Amino acid sequence: MVITVAGEKKEVAEGITVAQLIEQEKVEMPMYVTVSVNEEFIESGSFDTHVLKENDEVEFLYFMGGGR
Amino acid sequence: MKITIRQTDFDAMTRYARKLSPEEACGLIAGEDQADGSREIRKVYYLTNRDHTSEHFTIDPREQLAAVRDMRAEGLKPLGNWHSHPETPSRPSEEDQRLANDSRASYLILSLAEPEHPVLNAFHIEGAPESKKVRKEDLVILPESGSNGDDQ
Repeated sequence: MVITVAGEKKEVAEGITVAQLIEQEKVEMPMYVTVSVNEEFIESGSFDTHVLKENDEVEFLYFMGGGR
Repeated sequence: MKITIRQTDFDAMTRYARKLSPEEACGLIAGEDQADGSREIRKVYYLTNRDHTSEHFTIDPREQLAAVRDMRAEGLKPLGNWHSHPETPSRPSEEDQRLANDSRASYLILSLAEPEHPVLNAFHIEGAPESKKVRKEDLVILPESGSNGDDQ
């Protein structure tokens, strides 16, 4: 099936989960990444169980913060 | 690495940070990679600091998502983020380093410690959380009339 990852269309396996996609995309420091699917944020505890569907739009966003 | 920002964007960033001071101001930067390996900042995003304090910043993820989509729509590439230090120097604090997790990003820090002389620096930060490596980038502020710095 085809999904969009960070603006690019990609062919992925049917039934792929968010966690599997993170691994497949070799996302750096995944523990600091927020994932949105179709503009809805996915709880990190659901990465293993959230199954992606055809035409889903996925974004990986790094937590951005700091302090003086 | 060389990274450029227009004087108008630097001025706008400074005005915004002064307005929000003593809270830290923050946002994203977007632009293009140049053929010579340098980066050109074409757009600065001004986003909400969810912490609303003078000591920390956290970029609102919903605004971050909207900004990333806007970059894509405009054909720009995410280049990193920026934040202000209202009272401290333009260098990454321990917390800045600890929370810098994207090795592809440029991290810009605007210091207002000397109010009449704002200082903007860019940094590359990478490595494991316990052993971050920080490298200062060659930030060039382009004059308003120039697009490549040749007329500086």
